[in-house]
Amino acid sequence: MAEDKESAEAIVSEVHKKIRAAFDVFDHEFNKTVDVREIGTIIRSLGCFPNEGELHDAIAEIEEEEPTGYIRFEKFLPTMTKVLMERKFRPIPEDLMLQAFEVLDKQKKGHLELEELTKYMTQEGEPFTQEEMEEMLSAAMDPDKNLIFYKDFVSMMTVDDPR
Amino acid sequence: MKAAVLIQRWYRQYVARMEMRRRYTWNIFQSIEYSGEQAQIKLYNFLGYLMDNFNPTSTERNLISHIFRENEVCRDTEWERHFCYKNIEVPEIYSGPRLIFPLTVEQVAAMVEAFRNKRQLHSRYVLQLLLETWKLLRKLPNISRISTCHSKEITVCGDLHGQLEDLLLIFYKNGMPSLERPYVFNGDFVDRGKDSIEILLILFAFLLVYPNDVHLNRGNHEDHIVNLRYGFTKEVLGKYKMHGKRILKLLQKIFSWLPLATVIDQKVLILHGGISNTTDLCLIARVDRHKYVSALRPPKKRTQYPVSQSSVDLDMEDDLSGTKNNQRRVSLIKANSFGPRDGFQRRSLQDFSGRVPRTVDEEIEVRRRQSGFIKGGFSHSQGDLNNLAVSSASQESTDTADTTVEEWKQILDLLWSDPMSQNGCIPNEVRGGGCYWGPDVTQDFLDRHNMQLIIRSHECKQDGYEFCHNRRVLTLFSASNYYEVGSNRGAYVKLGPDLVPYLIQYQASSMTRELTLRKNVGKVEHSALKVLREQLFAHKSDLVSAFQEFDKDKTGVVSLNDWATAVESVLRLGLPWRMLRFQLATCKTPGGMLDYQEWFQELSIKEPQMEHIDQGLLETLYRHRATLETIFRIVDLDNSGFITMEDFRQTWKLLSAFLKMEITDEAISDLSVTIDTNQDGNIDIDEFMEAFRLTDKKSRLERGKSMFMGTTTDLTKLEGDPNI
Repeated sequence: MAEDKESAEAIVSEVHKKIRAAFDVFDHEFNKTVDVREIGTIIRSLGCFPNEGELHDAIAEIEEEEPTGYIRFEKFLPTMTKVLMERKFRPIPEDLMLQAFEVLDKQKKGHLELEELTKYMTQEGEPFTQEEMEEMLSAAMDPDKNLIFYKDFVSMMTVDDPR
Repeated sequence: MKAAVLIQRWYRQYVARMEMRRRYTWNIFQSIEYSGEQAQIKLYNFLGYLMDNFNPTSTERNLISHIFRENEVCRDTEWERHFCYKNIEVPEIYSGPRLIFPLTVEQVAAMVEAFRNKRQLHSRYVLQLLLETWKLLRKLPNISRISTCHSKEITVCGDLHGQLEDLLLIFYKNGMPSLERPYVFNGDFVDRGKDSIEILLILFAFLLVYPNDVHLNRGNHEDHIVNLRYGFTKEVLGKYKMHGKRILKLLQKIFSWLPLATVIDQKVLILHGGISNTTDLCLIARVDRHKYVSALRPPKKRTQYPVSQSSVDLDMEDDLSGTKNNQRRVSLIKANSFGPRDGFQRRSLQDFSGRVPRTVDEEIEVRRRQSGFIKGGFSHSQGDLNNLAVSSASQESTDTADTTVEEWKQILDLLWSDPMSQNGCIPNEVRGGGCYWGPDVTQDFLDRHNMQLIIRSHECKQDGYEFCHNRRVLTLFSASNYYEVGSNRGAYVKLGPDLVPYLIQYQASSMTRELTLRKNVGKVEHSALKVLREQLFAHKSDLVSAFQEFDKDKTGVVSLNDWATAVESVLRLGLPWRMLRFQLATCKTPGGMLDYQEWFQELSIKEPQMEHIDQGLLETLYRHRATLETIFRIVDLDNSGFITMEDFRQTWKLLSAFLKMEITDEAISDLSVTIDTNQDGNIDIDEFMEAFRLTDKKSRLERGKSMFMGTTTDLTKLEGDPNI
């Protein structure tokens, strides 16, 4: 029993260190605060896949009573620890991603047209900004044919993940 | 629609991961850059210390004394004789530009074109151009005052650092300097990049053709001491084997004659580094700026005695040694990474006004924490500095000493300072000179001088520029891809009569524009990690000791957390090692522990073929190679690129004193014998450094494996890059 408690503590300590490391990268002034606009990046870089709505809720929880534009580590740590321990915002498995693209590909062509994907991404769900759209296209699209071969795209992005 | 949300969620996660990698990659480069600067200051201070403490006739002192010797007092006409170019013949086969003075704009444009085609200007024309430049600069005031007229927009450029491609890109986008198109270049034209001399020649040529419409400010790299380490000296000596030494000497004088600041419409101040709470433009306007050949040391006092009494000169130098010692103590602090205060793509953190303020003590503590150094009190203020100068100087020269030190500090602040978000003004430990100044200092300064904006450079910014202090300070950096291809953009600013800054960004090398976010980040990260691996390798013995502290049972493994702690304690770079460990330490045992001996194998840095040399010595050499090279260049009195065996041994003794290491004469002799390959008693500096360059096996492997990351060599090929 004592051992279990110890290992539980060790796990939490490990999680705390991970969170601290990610936070520190954006703590430019070394004063344990980061700009609130960077919180999304930090949370996601810790392996979480929240959507925009979930992110806003998380930020609301972490922010001060009167938002200063900055998030303090003392408030960030408990919330983030809970997120990681509860495994909230789980990663999306590759096959699910593939299915999502296939849903968009109504004609089952195996690829999406430039206009098709743009329309979905910028008008549906939690729309991309123009910048986000351009960036995705530059990574995903075959420039000669203006087509997105999503199967390759998904594989390529998944390979990138160190986990 | 659910599918859409899923894809968006997934993709945003990916972008965030990229952003994190980009951010810590930047941290890596910047912290290594700053720790290198610190090392240079430290070395310089150490040599100064030797100067003060060795007897005047000792060998070591003689070796280094010449860099501390002020220019002999000669009349300018005598100097002009020394730099005479008229005897230099230009051979028929020379295909570069042939200049006829006075220069015309057509000639300058042709010269720019020639440089674009990788031609080199002949030393005769170089000297001639530099002489004309020197003559002109001597007539200019310390602070250039210019104005916008209803049609004139003034273009201001920041650091160029020898990156000719960026200057050409600016000219391409914005047009070359002309009567309708005035330019201000804000310092740091040289060092690090490979075409520093060409940039200087272009800027000086335009200055000669349009003296009222081209303005140059001095930067901290327009300084021969700094040039010894950061590549400009080497570049000139490499390109101009016969006359390089004279060219460098003339440039020393030219640098000291560069104006210190520019003011537009009496409202916008442009200078290289920044200000401090004591910056006084009236004082700066009055100084004899050319006395300050190198900003890194205060000038010798003006002596009332004629030069021939050399013994008196020596006394003067010793009088100042008190000042020097104190100044050195203030800056002899090994601070390391400072962490970026810059913004990044799309979301730059520009307005710091809402920040929870730190006290000045906290600020200092934080910086100390980063350096991991327990300092014995931070009490050396500039006031102390002045006091010491006064007390050590002779009574009659008290005023001179005071003024000199005060003037020197003003110039140092101007060239080396950086802004900070915290109010106040504290010495800049990280660089070793100048200050960190806060928004209150900016406001006070602008109010006092009735101005509205400060434009400065000196710091690399990811977007090429950054506002701070309520948009009253603009940092402008014009060397794109500074750390690595894809690391940052460059920028220049245009100001019309309304004095509203209009910023233009760019990035040299067409390859980077085509790269996706991921390839870009991947490549820069790859490069940063390579640099880091070399650092790790260079500290192998210390690291092994540190690991063994955590591994008392000698199992050969440590936990990843302990690994991170140990690495930081040795390297002291303030980097997020836990984030980096996936990239740097992949050989884990099933228990999640790291086999550290195996890990060093994995780093697989191929060592140079020097098996019979002591490994510890080799490691030291590798770790301090930049410092070693700097010492070599200092010792190489005639800038020939060669030093004698005897000087080589002395260099080693200097280095071992600096590093507080024991190196036996035997070890040094072994090393010397190996280096002097043709046994003629001389050592080629470049060859020596080349022989000790280590290669990184792992990065080659990685390049082969990965389909997605281009190699750095691929990506440096430029469009239209003609073969020489």
